[in-house]
Amino acid sequence: MKISYFPGCTLKTTAKNFEESALASLSFLGIDVVELPRWNCCGTVYSLTDDDLMHQIAPVRNLIRVKEQKDTRVVTLCSMCYNTLKRANNLVKEDEEKLNKLNDFMYRENVKYDGKVEVLHLLEVLKNEVGFSEIAKKVKRSLKGLRVANYYGCLLLRPPEVGLDDPEHPTILNDLLHSLGAEVIDYPYETECCGSYHTVVNVDLVVERAYDILNSAISQGAEAVVLSCPLCNFNLDNRQKEIKKKFPDFKGIPVFYFTQLLALSLGLDERVCRFELNFVNPYPLLKSKHLITGA
Amino acid sequence: MRMKISIKNVKNKFLDKLRELSGENIYACYQCGKCSAGCPSLSEMDISPSEIIHLIKLGQEEEVLNSKTIWICASCFTCVTRCPKGVDLTKIMEALRQITLRKNVDHVNLSSIPKKALSQFPQIALISSFRKFTA
Repeated sequence: MKISYFPGCTLKTTAKNFEESALASLSFLGIDVVELPRWNCCGTVYSLTDDDLMHQIAPVRNLIRVKEQKDTRVVTLCSMCYNTLKRANNLVKEDEEKLNKLNDFMYRENVKYDGKVEVLHLLEVLKNEVGFSEIAKKVKRSLKGLRVANYYGCLLLRPPEVGLDDPEHPTILNDLLHSLGAEVIDYPYETECCGSYHTVVNVDLVVERAYDILNSAISQGAEAVVLSCPLCNFNLDNRQKEIKKKFPDFKGIPVFYFTQLLALSLGLDERVCRFELNFVNPYPLLKSKHLITGA
Repeated sequence: MRMKISIKNVKNKFLDKLRELSGENIYACYQCGKCSAGCPSLSEMDISPSEIIHLIKLGQEEEVLNSKTIWICASCFTCVTRCPKGVDLTKIMEALRQITLRKNVDHVNLSSIPKKALSQFPQIALISSFRKFTA
C-alpha cells in the first residue's frame, strides 16, 4: 500500500524520535509512504477568521503537492499538522469561491487544487488500512505489564467535524496500545489541553496544566504517558524540569510517542525509536519491563 | 463600576466587526455556562468565556478587548465542542484578538524570548504562538 506523507517541520528536527519510529513501523507493516517533494510548513494553527485567506495558502499548497504526486490521500503524524491541513481542506471543499481565489493566487503552481485530497492521521491508517488485530498478530515484544496513560490532547479530536475520534471519550489510542499488549490506565485528563503555544511566553500556565495532567495519570497508576503531538510532548516531557521546580513532590514519568512503543513491540531495533531524544529518561522503565536489552 | 447600556452601544460597529470576522451569531448563546465549565484555562482568566459573550451582547467593547481572557485562551476547542447552540466561541475569541492585533499591536515580542529557549522549542510552538499573538 502506498500513500503520500506530509512530515511537517518539527518531525524533521526536535521530533525525529517520532518520525523515525513511525517510518520504521510503517515499513515493517508494508505501508510505503512517499514524502511529498517541496512540502512547506502547514502554517499551524488553522486561521479562525472568515476573511483571512492568506493563512490558508500554506496548507492548501501542500495538498497541491499531493495531487502532483498523482495521489488522493496524505498521511501525517503531528496532531497540529493534521488539524490544520484537514480544516483548510474542509474549508475549500465547502467554499468554491475561496478555493478559486486561492488557486488564482497560486497561479504559478502547475496544478490547481480541486478539494479531492483526503487528509489522514497515522492512527486512522493503522486502524483502517492495517487493522489493530493484524498489528496484534505481528507483536514480537508484548508490552504486557506496562501501564500507560494515553494523552490525546486537543487537535486530534476537536472540533468534532475534524477529529478522528469521539472528542469526549476517544478510544483509538487505547485500542492500539491494547493490541500491543499494554494495560491502558483510565484518568480524567486525557483530552485536557496542555497549554499549547503558551509554552513560549507563559511557562507557568503550561506548568500548571502539565502538572495536573501528569499527576492525575501517575496517581491512577500509569508508568508512562503516550501521545501524538510534538508540542504536547514538549509541554509534558521537556517541561517536567520546570514542573519539578514548582512542585518538588512531583515524581516524574516517561513520555513516549505512540510510534516509539509501536516500533518496540513490533520487534524492531530499538535504535529506530531514538529514545535518547526523549527528555525524561525512559531506559529504566523499559529495562524493568524487559523491553530493551542494551545498557 | 458603571456600565453604560444603551441602544448606541448594544448595536454598534464593534458587533458588526465581530460578526464580519467570526461569522458567528452571539445572540444564539443562552448562557448555559458549558463553555466556562469546560475551559481548561478558566482559573487564569479574569472574565469567563460565557461572561465575555454576555458583555459583548451588552456592547462592552473596552472591557472585553482589555481582558486577560482573550489572550489566555489556548484555542483548545473544548467550548465549541460542547456548546448546545452551536456557537463557535473559538472564532469569537480569535476575532476579538484580531481586532487588537490588526491595529499592529503584537501580544508577543520575539526579541523577549531568550535565544537558548528559541533553539529548544519545537517549531510548531513558535509558529502557532506567532499566529495567535502577532499581527
